[in-house]
Amino acid sequence: MVFGSIDPTLLLASLMVAATPILFAALGELVVERAGVLNLGVEGMMITGAICGFAVAVNTGSPLVGFVAAAAGGAVLALLFALLTQYALANQVASGLALTLFGLGLSALLGQGYVGIKPPRTPKLDIPLLSDIPFFGRVLFSHDLMVYLGLALVVAVWAMLKYTRAGLILRAVGENHEAAHALGYKVVRIRVLAILFGGACAGLGGAYISLIRVPQWTEGMTAGAGWIALALVVFASWKAGRVLLGAWLFGGVTVLQLNLQAAGLAIPVEYLSMSPYLITILVLVIMARDKSRAPASLGRSFHASQ
Amino acid sequence: MTGELLSVSGLTKAYPGVLANDKVSFTLREGEVHALLGENGAGKSTMVKMIYGLVKPDSGTMAFRGAPYAPSDPHAARGAGVAMVFQHFSLFDAMSVAENVALGMENPPALRDLASRIRQVSENYGLPLDPHRTVGDLSAGERQRVEIIRCLLQGPRLLIMDEPTSVLTPQEVEILFQTLRKLTSEGVAILYISHKLEEIRALCDHATILRLGRNVGTCVPRDTSAREMAELMVGGAFAAPARAGGDMGPIALDVTGLSVAAPGQFGTSLRNIHFTVRQGEVLGLGGVAGNGQDELLAALSGELPVDAEAIRLHGAPVGHLDPAARRALGLLTAPEERLGHAAAPDMSLTENTVLTAVRRENLMRNGFLRWGAAEEFARRIITTFDVRTPGPATAARALSGGNLQKFVIGREVLQRPGVLVVNQPTWGVDAAAAAAIRQALLDLAAGGTAVICISQDLDELMEISDRFGALNEGRLSEIKPTRGLGVEEIGLMMGGAHGMEVAHG
Repeated sequence: MVFGSIDPTLLLASLMVAATPILFAALGELVVERAGVLNLGVEGMMITGAICGFAVAVNTGSPLVGFVAAAAGGAVLALLFALLTQYALANQVASGLALTLFGLGLSALLGQGYVGIKPPRTPKLDIPLLSDIPFFGRVLFSHDLMVYLGLALVVAVWAMLKYTRAGLILRAVGENHEAAHALGYKVVRIRVLAILFGGACAGLGGAYISLIRVPQWTEGMTAGAGWIALALVVFASWKAGRVLLGAWLFGGVTVLQLNLQAAGLAIPVEYLSMSPYLITILVLVIMARDKSRAPASLGRSFHASQ
Repeated sequence: MTGELLSVSGLTKAYPGVLANDKVSFTLREGEVHALLGENGAGKSTMVKMIYGLVKPDSGTMAFRGAPYAPSDPHAARGAGVAMVFQHFSLFDAMSVAENVALGMENPPALRDLASRIRQVSENYGLPLDPHRTVGDLSAGERQRVEIIRCLLQGPRLLIMDEPTSVLTPQEVEILFQTLRKLTSEGVAILYISHKLEEIRALCDHATILRLGRNVGTCVPRDTSAREMAELMVGGAFAAPARAGGDMGPIALDVTGLSVAAPGQFGTSLRNIHFTVRQGEVLGLGGVAGNGQDELLAALSGELPVDAEAIRLHGAPVGHLDPAARRALGLLTAPEERLGHAAAPDMSLTENTVLTAVRRENLMRNGFLRWGAAEEFARRIITTFDVRTPGPATAARALSGGNLQKFVIGREVLQRPGVLVVNQPTWGVDAAAAAAIRQALLDLAAGGTAVICISQDLDELMEISDRFGALNEGRLSEIKPTRGLGVEEIGLMMGGAHGMEVAHG
């Protein structure tokens, strides 16, 4: 039996790992979209973060410094998007697509000397006692720092949006930027900050792939994870908790299909490879059938007139 | 009498090509209601934006409670004790009342405490409001309460109100005025902007009149007639619309059992609407915004398909026809939204002319447009309706609201309609241009056209219509002759105070 060769403990543990990159990217994009900006450049920011993090980690020998560099790389690319859309009032869709293409090209250029190199290993936090618990210890308590940071970020983003004044203002800007401006809130500044946060998160997500998940550098290694993250935000109805569920679902199906491939299931590999994307979108479409709607100012340019 | 609260002296603000405010000065005393009067573009909005810190003056000074006052942003203005209720509400539809209020405050308390304070203040001032409801579900009157309570929670010394009554029924206006009088009795000053001169006469102690950015005079509204104020604003006399009083012909448009489901999430369903209009008659349809006006216009124009039999034009069913086919038969419409619905903003006036007049004015031959003829027709609209624009090649967006309104109404009027439906024909248009548009509608009716005028301006409907009906939640009231109709009765036809009880003791 094919399923018999798959260890459920290992499967769930690697699900957490597989979900982390898109979780980071999607949380960042969620904040950006809640502020009323549609940044389609997530894929570009992820891959830029992936190479920045990889290169810096290899050169310094410290994965932690690598992740900081990845966040900075993603944020710098996002800054470009912010300048284009918030100050030059360029179209957000076109700018975002351009950002993705630019990021893919830039990362290929930066990564020329890094193909085939192994990055420094990121240590796992084997939490004493907890990680010794059978099953749960393996699944929940023996991962690297980034997995927990991702989970903490879900809680932080949710609480920030729901309970803090900063979150309220961010949502207000995304809901009705003219009214927010009339009340004296700095719409452009708030949006630029949100875009930078989104870029940094996407960068972290990308670096997680190149430093931990794979870990090596190949061109275009994010392989559409940024697009999945974008879709995740929409189908999760702009809610942090649902983004986490979506990311786990995507990660779970990805890991499962890899295991099935390895176990030699008699289905063409191509079908298995496309299944995570297909299943994630299907489930999220069904989940999105409630009343919640997009931030009302999403994708609209703001210019303070008279 | 009480002391001086705000004094404005020599305030000037220029935008590229326009001097919005030119050395404007006036003073405001504590506890008074001060009206700011003027036509569109006279600089009223720019003036209050400077007081509220949204716009920085180029020169001039302000003093508030005796100290120099130059707010750098609205936060500073609110800190000093200035609050503002906006014309287009600065509310966030998807958020709760309490969240909306919190966004307009400098240091809001925790949401739970805020909710109880909202309840307390709203009951003190006779404006009951549930802090946990979503703003998108509230009526216009209730939405305004949110804005007002947001201001009141800051304990303001000066409350600025920009066109506060344009969306209210007469009963709701009365509730608002009682609240404002209670505020002034506590020493709060109110700076009040409105086009409705009778309201200003009823409420305001003093008025400053602006024309083309300059302060052209002051008056005491109680001792000045509405007509005198209008002439001060315009800077000259203008003719009030006069009706010829022609005979009415047979029924031109017959609407029977018209029901349409709401087209969008925030739309209104039309429910079983009946009315007829005769040739040469003006039917006025009033009602508070959002009670089915847009949907009714869309159903009559053909944008919303309905049963063929629901709308009959000269006896023939037209409900199933599209807008172009109805236009060909002489049923013309001019919607409310000038930019984006009645006119394409970035297209020239000639191109906009073609968009509705191509059939009736024969502007097409063998599938090719006759640009010469189109431009000639556009010129005819511009001269007949005194549209102030460099020429027909100007983009619609470049015209001021009043001028574009004259153009879109003129475009339909000159196509010799059998039935003309207009929605808010003088919305945001100054007194002289509004009089010209109303006169054009009356002249059209005198020539035998059936005119349906949908409007939220009751004075306008009383002035031009023969019969009056009101839309309320998608239903049409009984239609009554305008002559002899009282304000009380009209208010009830419009749905009264929409169930908002008056809590004034």
